[in-house]
Amino acid sequence: MMEDALKPIYEALIEGDHRGVAAHVQAALDSGLEPEIILKDGMVAAMNEVGRLFEAGEFYVPEMLISARAMQNGLALLKPRLVQANVASAGKVVAGTVKGDLHDIGKNLVCMMLEGAAFEIIDLGSDVPAEKFVQAVKESGAQIVAMSALLTTTMPNMKETVAALEKAGLRRQVKVMVGGAPVTQAYAAEIGADGYAADASKAVAVARTLLST
Amino acid sequence: MTGFDRLAIDSLDQFLYGRCPKPVRLKNGMLIGGGQVYPELNFTLPDMIINQDSLPAVRGQYEQMITEAANRAVELGAPGLVVEFELLPDLTLQPEWGAEITQILREKLDLIQARHAIQVGLRVTPNDIREFARPPMLKSGRYVEDMYRSFDLCARAGADLLSIESTGGKEVHDDAILTGNLPLAVYALGVLASRDMRTLWENICSIAADHGVIPAGDTACGFANTAMVLAEQKFIPRVWAAVIRVLCVARSLVAYEAGAVGPSKDCAYEGPYLKAITGCPIAMEGAEAACAHLSPVGNIAKAVPDLWSNESVNNVRLLGAMAPTVSLEQLVYATRLMNTAASHGADAARQLRDWWVESDALLDPQAYVLQPAIVLELARTVIAEPTPYLRTRRSALAVLEVLRRAGVSGALRYSRHEQRWLDRLSAQADDLPEEEAALYALVREHLDSSKVRLQEYDITV
Ligand code: B1M
Repeated sequence: MMEDALKPIYEALIEGDHRGVAAHVQAALDSGLEPEIILKDGMVAAMNEVGRLFEAGEFYVPEMLISARAMQNGLALLKPRLVQANVASAGKVVAGTVKGDLHDIGKNLVCMMLEGAAFEIIDLGSDVPAEKFVQAVKESGAQIVAMSALLTTTMPNMKETVAALEKAGLRRQVKVMVGGAPVTQAYAAEIGADGYAADASKAVAVARTLLST
Repeated sequence: MTGFDRLAIDSLDQFLYGRCPKPVRLKNGMLIGGGQVYPELNFTLPDMIINQDSLPAVRGQYEQMITEAANRAVELGAPGLVVEFELLPDLTLQPEWGAEITQILREKLDLIQARHAIQVGLRVTPNDIREFARPPMLKSGRYVEDMYRSFDLCARAGADLLSIESTGGKEVHDDAILTGNLPLAVYALGVLASRDMRTLWENICSIAADHGVIPAGDTACGFANTAMVLAEQKFIPRVWAAVIRVLCVARSLVAYEAGAVGPSKDCAYEGPYLKAITGCPIAMEGAEAACAHLSPVGNIAKAVPDLWSNESVNNVRLLGAMAPTVSLEQLVYATRLMNTAASHGADAARQLRDWWVESDALLDPQAYVLQPAIVLELARTVIAEPTPYLRTRRSALAVLEVLRRAGVSGALRYSRHEQRWLDRLSAQADDLPEEEAALYALVREHLDSSKVRLQEYDITV
């Protein structure tokens, strides 16, 4: 059974009502509910439902994005309390489209889905050189590096990034995940990546699996 | 500036593939839009890095692609062949590299024209690398200089036609697509993109004039094809992608106002609108471009093209041959059928055109808005407005009206979710103001200064 205070958060999030989400999260915190419960049973549960509605063809990305932005509003209130309570996120992900490549829509959707599943995202944007991925992992202690490439001539930069992580002695501490239209499972294996996903929802499942192994 | 205020093709009977009021003749004699549809082949590299060390391999790839495909065109007895060399970003970032490949392609094409009874043409499409600066710097800086130098060197190295897939305004439009925000899309296309197109195309036309080559045209690929691909993946509603297609017309038309003469670029599916308005020839792509991306307009796109393209295919081995040669063969057969029908007279050409149209038109709103009759109706309405913004605004109102009418008459059947979006978009369109300044006030909160520099569009706020 969902706590009474969580229901309006859940509903406002599915509606994409960002003001409502913030107000209800604040009310739940004021009523003494644990921030972790608000996050997992309220917000992540709602985003799972948004994901389900999307998979079922009921929602399109615009609706999903509006919910994701509403989630950001709620998270902004929760974050300081979560840090205080030492609650870990589902995982920290450094994401970006590789060097030379400006296609970023796929990567943005992957980030949005991961964020909805309570992963913490450090989005480096597009045209990201290997060194920048390395630096971001060093600075953030991320557990996953998520790379996207859409051009056949930028795919090899995924391999360069894997090599750079290796050279920096970071390869053992991070899992590498890749995707993008020309990328395949076989290519992921060839360059020594740990995971590949064909679309944004599968990316969430892959990220979860990578961190549980 | 050339002004367009009425349609160059105003009758469905005259709106045909392979012919247009203003055909374009290349230096070596090939006439585009003068009666024949020619294949336009585009090919690209397989997965490989482009740098100083790999340059010999890159050259080898392009030599192999052009040699094998051009030989096959000759074997199949194709009357003509246009090749598009769409540069990859590294080849524009290093303009000399792109020019070197242009020269390789030129030499091979000239060789087959000299030896065989085939007409040839070469389109070269440098990349819009201005967006490597984030937010994009559109008028100055290293990327701008290198982009124009790439045009200059490629024109000198043997291009017949110059094109670009320009992206001014895209930094705002991407967000508009993904959030379903119609006023923001109209602002991105009707104000930002259209302003950028003006300067960009005046400059491209001046480079073309310096070298005696043809400024061919642009494409709203980064806007409407992004939307089409997203709709194909069920990420956005199909009606939204159909609306965006028509919103792009005024923006792409600016290239012609600045002096472009066609043929427009293949992935500009707004091409039929441009052809009706300007009378210039167009390139199109559809079924034979599934190697590059899926689409719901594979046949209807064949209704009125002057060049028929595969958009792009990478050089990998298929069972038949290397992929570019396979694509070439598909294009030759498709155009051969079109030209055969036309050789039986205008009625036969119209019949074939109408079959291409009928086979797709009612299956998807994006196909519906490419029907020649709808194109003429909408183009006429849009061109009656005086400015790119007002034309884009009118496009939104008019195409939504057409789509709603199609739903009411049962010509198109919308799912519950598509209908919800049609209503939502219509409500947004009804609120579009006539004044550009009022539109700015409406979208201002979405113009994120970390993504867009308004001063690059000569907008001071
Ligand atoms: C980390 O884990 C993961 C897991 C899953 C991951 C993942 C990471 N990343 C993605 N996924 C997965 O999840 C996502 C959601 O389900 C999916 O992401 P996708 O990105 O695949 O899907 C998106 C949601 C929708 N898809 C897209 O957005 C890409 C669609 C196509 C049509 C495309 C678009 C839209 C664009 N383009 Co470009 N573009 C094409 C594309 C054709 C195609 N077949 O893909 C392609 C990739 N482009 C191409 C080209 C040539 C180019 N493009 C260019 C530019 C552009 C636009 C800017 C116009 C626009 C991008 C807009 C943007 N903001 O991203 C230029 C290059 C720019 C650059 N430096 O990168 C330019 C060079 C064109 C030019 N003339 O300048 C071709 C590649 C050729 C090659 N050699 O590889 C191309 C195949 C089209 C074609 N011509 O055939 C999955 O792949």
